[in-house]
Amino acid sequence: MTEPLLQVRDLNVRFTTHDGTVQAVTAVDLDVAPGEFTGIVGESGSGKSQFLLSLLGLLANNGSTTGSVRYRHQELLNAKESVLQQIRGRRIGMVFQDPMTALNPHLSIGRQLTEGLRHHLKLNRRDATRRAIDMLKAVQLTDAERRLSQYPHELSGGMRQRVTIAMALICEPDLILADEPTTALDVTVQAQILGLLRELRSRFGTAVILVTHDLGVLAQVADRVAVMYAGRIVEAGTLDDVFYRPRHPYTEGLQHAIPRLDRDRTQRLPTIPGAPPDLSRLPPGCAFAPRCAYRMSRCETEIPPLDLVDPGVESGHRKACFHQGALGKLATEHKA
Amino acid sequence: MSAPLLSVRDLRVDFDLGRDGLFGPRRILQAVAGVSFDLAAGETLGIVGESGCGKSTLARAILRLVPASGGSVNFDGTDLLALSAAKMREQRRHLQIIFQDPLASLDPRMTVREIIEEPLRALLPQIPKFERHDRVRAMMQRVGLLPQQINRYAHEFSGGQAQRIGIARALVVKPKLIVCDEPVSSLDVSIKSQIINLLQDLQQEMSLSLLFIAHDLASVRHISHRVLVLYLGRVMELADRDALYTNPRHPYTRALLAAAPDLDPQRARAQPMEPLEGEPPSPINPPSGCVFRTRCPFAIDRCATEVPRLREVGRSHVACHKAEEIFELCAKVAPE
Repeated sequence: MTEPLLQVRDLNVRFTTHDGTVQAVTAVDLDVAPGEFTGIVGESGSGKSQFLLSLLGLLANNGSTTGSVRYRHQELLNAKESVLQQIRGRRIGMVFQDPMTALNPHLSIGRQLTEGLRHHLKLNRRDATRRAIDMLKAVQLTDAERRLSQYPHELSGGMRQRVTIAMALICEPDLILADEPTTALDVTVQAQILGLLRELRSRFGTAVILVTHDLGVLAQVADRVAVMYAGRIVEAGTLDDVFYRPRHPYTEGLQHAIPRLDRDRTQRLPTIPGAPPDLSRLPPGCAFAPRCAYRMSRCETEIPPLDLVDPGVESGHRKACFHQGALGKLATEHKA
Repeated sequence: MSAPLLSVRDLRVDFDLGRDGLFGPRRILQAVAGVSFDLAAGETLGIVGESGCGKSTLARAILRLVPASGGSVNFDGTDLLALSAAKMREQRRHLQIIFQDPLASLDPRMTVREIIEEPLRALLPQIPKFERHDRVRAMMQRVGLLPQQINRYAHEFSGGQAQRIGIARALVVKPKLIVCDEPVSSLDVSIKSQIINLLQDLQQEMSLSLLFIAHDLASVRHISHRVLVLYLGRVMELADRDALYTNPRHPYTRALLAAAPDLDPQRARAQPMEPLEGEPPSPINPPSGCVFRTRCPFAIDRCATEVPRLREVGRSHVACHKAEEIFELCAKVAPE
C-alpha cells in the first residue's frame, strides 16, 4: 500500500461536562490514502462529527484529545495553532453541513473565496479573482463572474453549498473533510452535489473523508467505509465489503432498517430495538450488545477489538464483534 | 368507494409579503395554488415534494392552523373552512397532528402526563378525571413509554421517545385523521423504522386516516396507499403507491425517484445519477404555464402558455401535457 496521506492512531476525544466526562470518540484508527474517498457513517452521538473536527483541532473548549493524527509525517494532534493554521484551508479543506452558517453573511462570495488564496498562496487580487472564477465554474455555478459580488443570502441552499465546496478546493488541498455536506439539501440538489463531489475528486485527485448518517450517500461516492457506533469504529472496509458482506450486526441492522426503493415492500420494517447508549454511561462490554440479536455472554463484559474479518484477505475488512461467521438474521426476517 | 373522510377542493393559501418598497407592487406568495384530493377512512396518503413546495402549508391549512385563501375542506360532511372558531374547536378532536421536531413541539414545563392529558382536558372536558388518567396510561403503554416515565419532562427523552409522546398526545382523543408532518425526518435510522412501524400498527388498530408528509420517498412508499407529488404548491401527480413508484408518469416524479440515492454500490457505479438541473423557482414569481417547465427536460412551447390540468393517464392523475409520450419514450429506453 502507498504511504497514507492521513494516519490516525488510537484517537480519543473527551468532553468534560457538568455530568462528568463524555467519551465521544474511543480508540479510532484510520488510514486515508492519497485520492481516496472514505465515508464514515453513524447515527447522532456516534462521534463521527467530533472525530472529524478533532483532526484539525476544531473541538469546543471543553474537548480534549489523545492519540496521534499524522498528516504526511506531521503530527496534527495538539499541534500549535500556528502549525494548524498552515494546514487548515491550505492542505486540508472543510465542507460543513449548513452552508449558511459556514459562510460569513457580511462578506461577498468573492472576498470569502479569495481569502485563502491571498493568505496562504500570497496571490495578488487579480490572480486570486481569476482563480476564484475558475473554481466557481468548476463547481458548476452559473454566472460565475457575477456571483463574486453577491452575498450568501442572495444564493439558494444548493448554490451556497457549491460555494463552500469551491472554498474548500480553491487552495488545491490534498484532503477534504466533509461533515454531512448534503443533509440540509433537497434530494434533487443532493444528487447534483454528490455528482459534483465525484467529478471533482477524479479531476483534482483530492482525498475526501465524508461523514454522514445516510448509507445511500456513501453508496454513491465512497471507496472505503467505516461504521461508527458509540464513539468506536465497529466495522471498516471497502464499500462493497461493508455493503454486500456486512459482518457487524449494527451494520446489518442499519441496512435493513431503512425503507428501500429497490426492494419489495414489506409489511413491517425490521428494526434495531432500543436506542443508542448514553456516552457518559457506556456499558462495560460491547456498546451495541444490549440491542444485538447475536449477543453472547462474553459481549457484556469484554470489548471486541477491531480485527480483520479474514486475515488472509488483502482488502482489510475489519469488524469489532465476537460473533463468528456470516450474519443473516435480519435478511431472513426481511424475506419473511 | 364510500364517501371520502376528507375531501379537499381547489385549496389555496396565499401569503401577503407586503409591497416591494413604498410604491412597489404587492407581492403574493402562492404557497398552495389549488390543490384537490380525497382521503378515505383508514387510508394513508403520502405527500412528497422538496422544501418550499407547500406540503406543510397544505396540511396546516386543512387543520386551519394557517388561514386558507380559497377552496374547501370537507371533513366527514362538514366544510371546515366555513366553521366558526367554536365549531372548529369541536372538530379538533377528530383531526390531530404530529410534528417533525418532537422536542420543539412539546412544552418543556409540562410532564409527560400533562402533555398527553392536555388534549383530553381541552377537547373532551366531559370525561371524568379518573378515566382521563386511565386513558393517558393506556396510551403511554401503547406507544411504548414506560409507566414510571409519566412524571418526567420532555427534555429527559431522546428524539425517538419524544416522538412517541407526540404520537400519544395526538391519539389520546381517538381522532379520525392524523396529519404527520415529517414525523421521522429528524430521527436516526435505527429509531425511524421503530416509529414507522408504530404509526402503521396504530393506524390499523384505530382505523385512522393519515396524511403522511415527507421528503423521503422510500418511507412514503413504505407507509402510503396513495401518493401525491407537490411542486411549487401544485399537484404534479396523484396515484396509487405501486403505480407511482413503478410507472411514474410526471417528469418531476421521475426526477425525484432518480435522485434518491441508490443503496446498491454496484448499480450506483454502473448508472451514475443524472440529476435534475437547478432548483425550484421562487413561488413569488412562478413560471407561466406549467411551473415545472423551467427544469423539465421534455418541455415544449405549449408548456409555457397553457397550464396542464390534472388528468387521468393510465392508473395515475398527472398534470403534464406530454405524459403519454414521455411514458412511451421511457418505456422504450428502459424495458422492465
